[in-house]
Amino acid sequence: MPHVVFSGSDAGRFTGGRTELEVTATTFRRLVRELDERFPGLGERVEVGMAVAIDGVIYQDAYAAPLAEGSEIVLIPKIGGG
Amino acid sequence: MNYIIPQSELKIVGTRPVRPDGVDKVTGRATFGADMTLAGMIWGKMLRSPHAHARIISIDTSKALALPGVRAVVTAADFPDIASEEAFVGEGPMNFRDLSRNCLARDKVLYEGHAVAAVAAASQSVAEAALELIDVTYEVLPHVIDVEAAMAAGAPILHEDMFTVGIEPKPTKPSNVAKRVAFAKGDAEAGFREADVIVEGRYTTQPVHQAYIEPHACLAQVAADGQAHIYSSTQGQFMVRAYCAKVLGWEIADIRSYPMEIGGGFGGKTLVYLEPVALALARKAGRPVKMVMTREEVFRASGPTSGAVIEVKLGARRDGTIVAAREVLKYQAGAFAGSPIGPGCMCGFAMYDLPNVDVVGYDVVSNRPKVAAYRAPGAPITSFAVESAMDDLARKLKIDPIALREMNGARDGSKTHYGVTHRDIGFLATLEAARSHPHYSAPLKPGQGRGVACGFWFNIGGESSGAVHVNEDGSISVVSGNPDIGGSRASMAMMAAEVLGVPIEHVRPIVGDTASIGFSHLTGGSRVTFATGMAVTQAAERVVDQLKQRAAQIWEIPPEAVEWKDGKAYPAGLNAGAFEPLTLAQIALKAGRTGGPISSEVTLNAQGAGPGFGCHICDVEVDRETGHVKILRYTAVQDVGKAIHPSYVEGQIQGGAAQGIGWALNEEYIYDKDGKMENAGFLDYRVPVASDLPLIEAVMVEVPNPRHPFGVRGVGEVPIVPPMAAVANAIRAATGLRMPDLPISPPKLRAALDAAAGAKAA
Amino acid sequence: MSKHHVTTKINGEETEFLCETQETLLDVLRNTLNLTGSKEGCASGDCGACSVIADGTLVCSCLMLGVEAEGKSITTVEGIAEGETLHPVQRQFLEHAALQCGFCTPGFIVATKALLDANPDPTEEEARYWLAGNLCRCTGYDKIIRAVMDAAAEMRGEARAA
Repeated sequence: MPHVVFSGSDAGRFTGGRTELEVTATTFRRLVRELDERFPGLGERVEVGMAVAIDGVIYQDAYAAPLAEGSEIVLIPKIGGG
Repeated sequence: MNYIIPQSELKIVGTRPVRPDGVDKVTGRATFGADMTLAGMIWGKMLRSPHAHARIISIDTSKALALPGVRAVVTAADFPDIASEEAFVGEGPMNFRDLSRNCLARDKVLYEGHAVAAVAAASQSVAEAALELIDVTYEVLPHVIDVEAAMAAGAPILHEDMFTVGIEPKPTKPSNVAKRVAFAKGDAEAGFREADVIVEGRYTTQPVHQAYIEPHACLAQVAADGQAHIYSSTQGQFMVRAYCAKVLGWEIADIRSYPMEIGGGFGGKTLVYLEPVALALARKAGRPVKMVMTREEVFRASGPTSGAVIEVKLGARRDGTIVAAREVLKYQAGAFAGSPIGPGCMCGFAMYDLPNVDVVGYDVVSNRPKVAAYRAPGAPITSFAVESAMDDLARKLKIDPIALREMNGARDGSKTHYGVTHRDIGFLATLEAARSHPHYSAPLKPGQGRGVACGFWFNIGGESSGAVHVNEDGSISVVSGNPDIGGSRASMAMMAAEVLGVPIEHVRPIVGDTASIGFSHLTGGSRVTFATGMAVTQAAERVVDQLKQRAAQIWEIPPEAVEWKDGKAYPAGLNAGAFEPLTLAQIALKAGRTGGPISSEVTLNAQGAGPGFGCHICDVEVDRETGHVKILRYTAVQDVGKAIHPSYVEGQIQGGAAQGIGWALNEEYIYDKDGKMENAGFLDYRVPVASDLPLIEAVMVEVPNPRHPFGVRGVGEVPIVPPMAAVANAIRAATGLRMPDLPISPPKLRAALDAAAGAKAA
Repeated sequence: MSKHHVTTKINGEETEFLCETQETLLDVLRNTLNLTGSKEGCASGDCGACSVIADGTLVCSCLMLGVEAEGKSITTVEGIAEGETLHPVQRQFLEHAALQCGFCTPGFIVATKALLDANPDPTEEEARYWLAGNLCRCTGYDKIIRAVMDAAAEMRGEARAA
């Protein structure tokens, strides 16, 4: 089961403080849905406001980003720029 | 990754051709936002709040409407009242309700300069006269400017519906703290107990403006059926279209947004101020409406970046290994929530491999213009603090400052405190290049000092479209949708030319409007050469495939038997047939007969943008009588991935460094007791001028990004991150004084020098 | 409000225009004469983006009234090139990539021409102080100064050859 880490404190208010989860989702899209099922509102928060770093590569707005067992999967605040 | 063309075989990428829009720019022919005119055009002007914080009781526009020559007046009542809707729309969290209220105030004005109403009239002077006739009744409220004052109990509250997010239990009283964020790795408390040496500091920075020389400008035209054209100087024509549609409640397809040449943005033109208002006026007036901000309006009413208070604590072992780091950041968001506190929390320690880290940040509103993105938003502020503390730590440990960073520096496989592991980065290579640069070991005279500081920025990818068309004579057109703020259109042409194997003179790039090219995320985040370059490169590759197929048809051989080299089709090997090579021109001539126009448009959402790192070395000389700091020598080292056009990469590095130097030494907003900006002009808002700076040596270290066909890494934002600490550390070296409060302007430095002398004497 | 009738010479051409009392020369150039090469960056004479040469003197056209152009000879950025032939200053700016957004460039081109007309052999420091009235936010001035010094050298070389 892919292991997901929430970086920062954005997710805590949905998960009751938990920052690490095992999930069944294998893509970012499925992750969003799974998070919404388990913690209502979290999935949308992740989809709109977070990026996912998989083994160090940052994916932003990518439903197909693959989550695999054994990967380092970290959800971080979305990045912009100026 | 296999780069599309081995680096040693590149013919165009890496050279320095003259930019295709260059002649227009040096002759004054290039058309910027305010240069655009349309027949029947009238002028729009904005009425702005004279108060830093007030309730709007009433607005009476009747006298203004009655003035001869006035064609339309709008207020927030002419915009739909949008419910709070958060979307991440490119350059940072954006709440459309806030954006709408920032364009025209509803219920309350939240900063001096906040737009309240707008007028369109036959001439600028009539429009200005009309503004005087608009009667606004205000109930003035107490205001708060300073970030810690805004956080304090009893501070005037800007938004009654703002309850701090990220605090448990959920607060029941509104406050000016929009949110609290926190990142942690390991156990910082335990780490500090282990430390042999501890360094602490409290740092402050003032809001600074991007200070692009071109004020915001746009021209709007709306037809009777609601179809609109908007010409503006913007970092994103698709963003303008989308934001205007949202704020006005119009359909996106009804708005055609044209990117004029833009006179600087640096993040400050990644949102809209005038455009929705100009469109509303144009619709009401039935005439094209031009709106241009004055320089004063730019300062009073367009977003600067945050001012901040930052506290840093570092703990290290005697050998230089940093065992614990803590940071508390309070960033000003201005009138509406949305400072870059997230990146601020992530960037300060991002370049180091630390076991125990604890970072907390606050996004705080106050009665100042809403902040807008400014080149690596959030990072320069945090790095000013962290890199100053690192310098103090190096001094305490008696370790060379670059060596200290090398010891603790992030490398491939290092895990940041925000949980992401670095991959394929160039920090150590950058440090080594800095350490071995002649500047680092050049002798200094008494009264002079040298400072070093580092910086990091993520760089982003995102959605881009790029099209490559083969014209009937074999010349090439490249179309993309990103306003060119630093020479990117030249790089697009160069990458396409490299793939096609033709001289750059035959490849002409244009930046298309929203109806002429597929969607592109705006220009910012150091993304264009990376993401749009990727789209253009792929489009060029598909064109090459098509060219081979057409040659195959002409020769009547299978397409696999055709090679493409140096702009020509060749039969692949003797078995394919003894055909003379076909040039682009020859194939283009037969395009119709072989299937139709030869062209490709690629759309993508580029992932895998590589972060960038910089290390700057700064020498200063301090005039103890005046407190004036002279920059003697400046070297900026940066890993740039692959420099498509080295002159433009150098330009980004030099420009970012200059902005950082201004931020360090002179730039700040000065407010009077009523919350009004006192220095809203270039005389008293002091940006660096030519006589303030030496030549700036830009050293490019090429550590290619394996996720881009040419190895491109974003470069534009990193260079503004190190300079403030580099300058402060140089001043520390020259004077023995740590200056933790920016800007280090002459009166401040002189006062510190006096105090130190007095303390010595006493 | 009745307008003033002004007769002047702009980029070598006899020109007439009407303007209001308070209109600056910059306003007239941009809005009446459609010479939009000169830019407004500040309207207070601090940024130099509106630089023109009036009777041989470098001025900020935002600090000059339209009526003050009467009888004068004005050179704007549009008059620096000779037809299709770029001035050495313009060419060196392109060679050196001394522009990024290009907004300050017209002002710098005009100010540099005025510098080299007054002093064909400036030191780097003299060039920097002369150009201190022209703000650039994109380049950090490095490539601009290199372009100016090379343009000066080129123009001195040509003069010697002639």
